[in-house]
Amino acid sequence: MATLVVAEHNNASLADATAKTVTAAKALGGDIDILVAGKGAAAAAEAAGRIDGVRAVIHIEHDLLDKQMPEAMEATLVALMDGYDALMAPDTTTHKAYMPRVAAKLDTQQISSVTGIEDGTFERPIYAGNAVAYVTSDDPKKVVTVRTTAFAAAGEGGSASVETKATEIGDMGSEFVSEELTKSDRPELTGAKIVISGGRGMGSGENFSMIESIADKLGAAVGASRAAVDAGYVPNDYQVGQTGKAVAPELYIAVGISGAIQHLAGMKDSKVIAAINKDEEAPIFQVADYGLVADLFKALPELEAELEKVGY
Amino acid sequence: MKVLVPVKRVLDYNVKARVKPDQSGVDLSNVKMSMNPFDEIAVEEAVRLQEGGTATETIAVSIGPAKAQETIRTALAMGMDRGVHVTTDEDLEPLAVAKILKSVAEAEGAELILMGKQAIDNDYGATGGMLAALLDWPIGQYANTVSPGEGSVEVKREIDGGLQTVNLKLPAVVTTDLRLNEPRYASLPNIMKAKRKPIEAKTPDDFGVDTTPRLTVVKVTEPKAREAGIKVDDVATLVDKLKNEAGVL
Ligand SMILES: Cc1cc2nc3c(=O)[nH]c(=O)nc-3n(C[C@H](O)[C@H](O)[C@H](O)COP(=O)(O)OP(=O)(O)OC[C@H]3O[C@@H](n4cnc5c(N)ncnc54)[C@H](O)[C@@H]3O)c2cc1C
Repeated sequence: MATLVVAEHNNASLADATAKTVTAAKALGGDIDILVAGKGAAAAAEAAGRIDGVRAVIHIEHDLLDKQMPEAMEATLVALMDGYDALMAPDTTTHKAYMPRVAAKLDTQQISSVTGIEDGTFERPIYAGNAVAYVTSDDPKKVVTVRTTAFAAAGEGGSASVETKATEIGDMGSEFVSEELTKSDRPELTGAKIVISGGRGMGSGENFSMIESIADKLGAAVGASRAAVDAGYVPNDYQVGQTGKAVAPELYIAVGISGAIQHLAGMKDSKVIAAINKDEEAPIFQVADYGLVADLFKALPELEAELEKVGY
Repeated sequence: MKVLVPVKRVLDYNVKARVKPDQSGVDLSNVKMSMNPFDEIAVEEAVRLQEGGTATETIAVSIGPAKAQETIRTALAMGMDRGVHVTTDEDLEPLAVAKILKSVAEAEGAELILMGKQAIDNDYGATGGMLAALLDWPIGQYANTVSPGEGSVEVKREIDGGLQTVNLKLPAVVTTDLRLNEPRYASLPNIMKAKRKPIEAKTPDDFGVDTTPRLTVVKVTEPKAREAGIKVDDVATLVDKLKNEAGVL
């Protein structure tokens, strides 16, 4: 039994999601190799080799792998899968975009966004997390995406060798044009210890600065509901929920968010949830450990002041 | 260009799923069903492409039970030209759905397939990618903006770090994200008109697709419930509790 884990990286550095996916691969059992496919990704490949429990790192460089375009990833992975029984990748947009392509080429039903693996049974939330399915696969090769918030990162201390391989990528029919990445010095949303999110109740993009300055005090990431993203208050990559990002921080603070099932799907696995909402009937209070019924425009400045008092 | 839009009938997004007592799945009897919201966005985009003169014909295809016909009618009422209904009472997995859709796309000579990035019931998010691979077409996942060109389509994608633009040679598959557009409501006259639009009836056997499931559902359970929390009176108490009771500050 051998599993190939695809690394999450931006060429320059390896993301934590990789070590979390390795933990999921360990639950499946067998040998674990990591693929680092990119352009100028040697440092990421070396870092992958230091993850505990990894047998080997396969490092593949290609111009067309710079942005890990789905068509290029498919060609690269299908050629590698002869030697493996399972393929695993974190369920970030990079990997979600091509994993189904590989699965189809291997004639395998993908198992998406798993939150647990035990004795070959995969646990995955369905229906916005209102039900949890436990499934087994009869396919000879398994293709699995992993919800990284459900797995702790594998430790360091490994010393896997890095093997450089070549790949052949034909005409992909697709071409990278440009990127507008959200600039932020805050921690990445899905890995942050504290997340503070705003909803429609924030009223405008400018008002989000109240959330941002609290986030900066706490070293927290900033998230949002779909309504806040749709209204243009914040960029799309802030969206937490069933169809956005899943987060599970130590502390999730929901401000001016009603708590629709689609939003809850992305944050209800947080350890502690605090909610500020002026409507005491808001569904968010049903999942909140600490609820404050208040006008956010009054509560947020107070929150910032109170945090200062306790040393932030 | 011919545009194909797969549409799925799912539990309405406003309805909370209930797990069956025997843990065999989610109870779908006597609950409101609707078109998967991401598919609605795909339908809207197809109709706009036709209104803008880019799409020459728009075809909605649904694979599902007899009632999936209503879902196709909804797409037709929104403005699509005609439908294909592949009838099955099984809850097909994305792989089988993609195989059927491939045959439909080839039979129809589709050049662009617009479809939801995920169905909000089983949340696989896999059908679009699988279909593109089976056809060997490029894919633009999570579209925020779709701009057709000469023999190509430019797609601005919603990705984890922000937005990314790619250019795809046609034929191609594009999956929709929430910000692509706001689907229209069908007007009454258009609902009436849709009743006369043709829907072709098919079965998975017509396409020779083996739909045997690859996954075995061992059980479906309720998620772990969170313990009820407390309400605090003021911000100072909130901070105190977070720091001294929960220990997360
Ligand atoms: C296909 C689909 C996918 C979706 N995916 C997601 C998803 O991934 N993530 C997501 O979040 N949503 C998602 N949604 C949308 C979801 O259904 C809700 O519409 C959305 O979460 C609502 O956002 P909100 O809570 O910010 O807004 P609202 O529901 O409008 O709530 C605003 C809240 O702010 C409170 N408020 C207003 N003013 C103040 C004030 N001054 N002080 C304090 N409180 C105030 C109000 O009491 C209210 O509770 C999806 C919907 C669909 C159909």
